[in-house]
Amino acid sequence: MAKVFIYPATSLILSDMVTRFGHKPLGSAIAIRERVQTPGLESPPLQITPEEPKKGLAWAAVEVPAGVRGRMSLYGPMVEECDAAIIINNADLAFGCMGCARTNELVKFLLRQKEMPRLELEYPKNEAEGVQFVAAIKKFLTEIGGKK
Amino acid sequence: MTEYKPAYPGTVTRYVVVESYTVTPADVAIRAYEVAKGVMIKENCFGLIVMGKEEDVDRVIAEVRKMDPTHIFVKDRGFPPGDARRCRATLGGARPGFHGIEFEMGILPYISNGLEKTENLDLSAVPAPAPAAPERRLDVYTLKKMIDAQEP
Repeated sequence: MAKVFIYPATSLILSDMVTRFGHKPLGSAIAIRERVQTPGLESPPLQITPEEPKKGLAWAAVEVPAGVRGRMSLYGPMVEECDAAIIINNADLAFGCMGCARTNELVKFLLRQKEMPRLELEYPKNEAEGVQFVAAIKKFLTEIGGKK
Repeated sequence: MTEYKPAYPGTVTRYVVVESYTVTPADVAIRAYEVAKGVMIKENCFGLIVMGKEEDVDRVIAEVRKMDPTHIFVKDRGFPPGDARRCRATLGGARPGFHGIEFEMGILPYISNGLEKTENLDLSAVPAPAPAAPERRLDVYTLKKMIDAQEP
């Protein structure tokens, strides 16, 4: 069972398919759950503390806005931990503020830099593309050692 | 600063999203309650939120998935069900994150169809998805031509 980073990190489709074909998806929920379930000082809503932008320095320089570094403290460890990645490009779902946009660019850059199996595709727009989309993901996940 | 004590440490929460024309979220909820055994289940408009120990949650999800395997989808969630920081009962408006699910709900029929069609299919026979068309940006030379073409 491989750890597969999914982008968009909140994607229902990718999270489901990675689990369905026998792997572990790494997405936002995993990182948020870790923070929500850790005792400490109350910092609602996401339990992101002033420590997070400091941790984010491992992936982004000090002049990068704290918002990006804070987000990188969620995604950075998962990017390092993952064995493979599936990226959906041009996903409307990943739209957000500049902090999200720059973090997304940095996450995709780090995933592309890492030497590991990687699949990049687009959301399907019709049934034929849906079959190709599912087949590509199924084939990719089977090749890295998942269920057939 | 207030001390923070997590409400349900050591648990996992997962969404079960139902996009089926034969099974409703209520049917799935009834089946989930039948096999719950200590797992917290909350029914909502698009499916369920299931929370408990990981092995119990996986067991419940495996059972409800059998109802319509290609039309029931599962996703992790960071917060427990009804958490005041996320629940729309306390916040008002759609829950943050709902819009993402709403967007993908429109694509789920294609995915369900794809899962059905590829079940017994030789995957090497399916062509790879076409890469996205390159982004067409206005280059500086064209812009200059357009500026020059302007009537004074």
